[in-house]
Amino acid sequence: MAPFPLALSDLLGHWPSYLVYLGIGFAFGWVLEISGFGNSTKLAAQFYLKEMTVFKVMFTAIIVGMVGVFLASGLGLLDYNLIYVNPTYMWPGIIGGLIMGFGFIIGGFCPGTSLVSAATGKIDGIIFVLGVFFGIFVFGETVSGFEEFWNSSYMGRFTLMDLFGVDTGVLVLGIVVFAIVAFVFAELAEKYIGKMELSQFGKWRYGAAGGIIVMAGVVLVVGQPTNLDKWNAISKTQETRITDRAIYIEQGEILHLMEDAKLTVQVIDVRSESDYNLFHVLDAIHVPMDEVLSYADTMISAPENTVFFLMSNDEAQATEAWKILIAESVPNLYVVEGGVNHWIETFSDKTFVDAYQLPQHADDALAYSFASALGARYPASDPNPDVFELEYTEKVELQVKRGPASGGCG
Amino acid sequence: MATANPALSHDTPVSQAQTADSVSRAKPYVNPYVGGILLGLVLFGAFFLTGSGLGASGGLNRLLVVVEDFVAPGHVDRVPYLIDMAGGDRNPLDSWVVFLTIGTIVGGGISGWRNGRLRFETIKGPRISRPTRWIMAFAGGALMGFGARMARGCTSGQALSGGAVLSVGSWAFMFAVFAGAYALAYFVRKAWL
Repeated sequence: MAPFPLALSDLLGHWPSYLVYLGIGFAFGWVLEISGFGNSTKLAAQFYLKEMTVFKVMFTAIIVGMVGVFLASGLGLLDYNLIYVNPTYMWPGIIGGLIMGFGFIIGGFCPGTSLVSAATGKIDGIIFVLGVFFGIFVFGETVSGFEEFWNSSYMGRFTLMDLFGVDTGVLVLGIVVFAIVAFVFAELAEKYIGKMELSQFGKWRYGAAGGIIVMAGVVLVVGQPTNLDKWNAISKTQETRITDRAIYIEQGEILHLMEDAKLTVQVIDVRSESDYNLFHVLDAIHVPMDEVLSYADTMISAPENTVFFLMSNDEAQATEAWKILIAESVPNLYVVEGGVNHWIETFSDKTFVDAYQLPQHADDALAYSFASALGARYPASDPNPDVFELEYTEKVELQVKRGPASGGCG
Repeated sequence: MATANPALSHDTPVSQAQTADSVSRAKPYVNPYVGGILLGLVLFGAFFLTGSGLGASGGLNRLLVVVEDFVAPGHVDRVPYLIDMAGGDRNPLDSWVVFLTIGTIVGGGISGWRNGRLRFETIKGPRISRPTRWIMAFAGGALMGFGARMARGCTSGQALSGGAVLSVGSWAFMFAVFAGAYALAYFVRKAWL
């Protein structure tokens, strides 16, 4: 598993881990200030095409950050799955963005830059920050009136790669080239509208442009790790866990965890739809094998106290799904020991088992012949923990989530 | 003193960035590409170490909630949006964004001080009065604060961070911000030019 990002609160402790963020914030504020972002006229000049500093700084930062992230991910150092990608809420984002655009040109700042401005004693910056507080306050008090809109057009973790259906490397290179072309136009505007002397930016910028294109090319060539690459990187230790049966959890423990109010137990049923319709555990989510990989995002973004149990008829398919998902860094992931067949055997009365159990069944096939597709409407789908006192060895260990659950604006 | 008549001292064209009065004391801003590369490295460092990018409005939100929780704790416990941050015995300061925001303020302040730009002044266009600038700053700030919560992110948390990790919503948001600002720029040009 890629070593980064770090589980900071695990390494340093809860409150001390915030020192890292304090340091990052310090560097952030410093860079904004030396770039001139504490100065409202410099920011506003952007929108009269006289001085494109905002655009240049921002897009340079985006392409440098982007190339860095995907290069590190391509080299197996950084796990992109654990990186917070702002979830897409399309229309609230666009409307909010337009409102912020108005605020930007009227007030002269965005929230981050106004902090720096205020910190350097600029009165307009201080007043702007007070305005931001007022705006946030009004939002908090009124959001209940338009909550439906605010939560609309939700698309989850939706990346440009998903949108355009292209490889990450192609997109990274494309955006870098797009940005550099845009810089050329920005400088033309500065030259002819802003009457600026372009030589002040230095000849080295041509070399830097070439350098970032080359690095984006490396991202393209290196590629991003596939699910199989990720599995191969961890297979040695994880295969041992499979042979030691450390990932197979006994029914008694699962039942016990289901009763734990502090946890959310999520059973993921990876069988075919017909098997799922014939019988499944109550509230089990149906994710057939060919959709397991794409379901990883949803599982990663689930709350920290969620424990996942994969289930197939026996154990073979569930184990395959486990390999796919563990390679994608899904936390707290286990397999139900014995699968559905063993589950029915344990939690049904003897007459039921005798009536429906098949004399023999192929590996990982359903061992029962149901007359009708009753899904979760069997007593065994929702076993009463007070009735079944099962002995078990505790195996589930809750992992601390790596990477924060929210972005910088949460 | 520059503060003696800021209205005059900022009459110089914006492209020069420095006021005539402060040239002797304040160091010039860095080359925008240098600033951008440094900002990109900070952004990358944030993602690499913590898994999350940069941000500002979330920290401000929580600082505000601290005040609200102090003034009207009952109210905070009844509004769903606020409960998330400060409901019951939850501490709104117990979040990494708060520390990021504090770091930003300290970093910006120290940089301004080291570079001779730490001064109590109002920066504005040459054709408006200071009170007008202040009113516009407040109004613009209010729109920014409201819009940032609506869009679930500010320029740094959505456009910069989400843009670098290729979120579709962040790119749409980024274009919306620029579109909004360019659309309105002509009508408020007196404030800046």
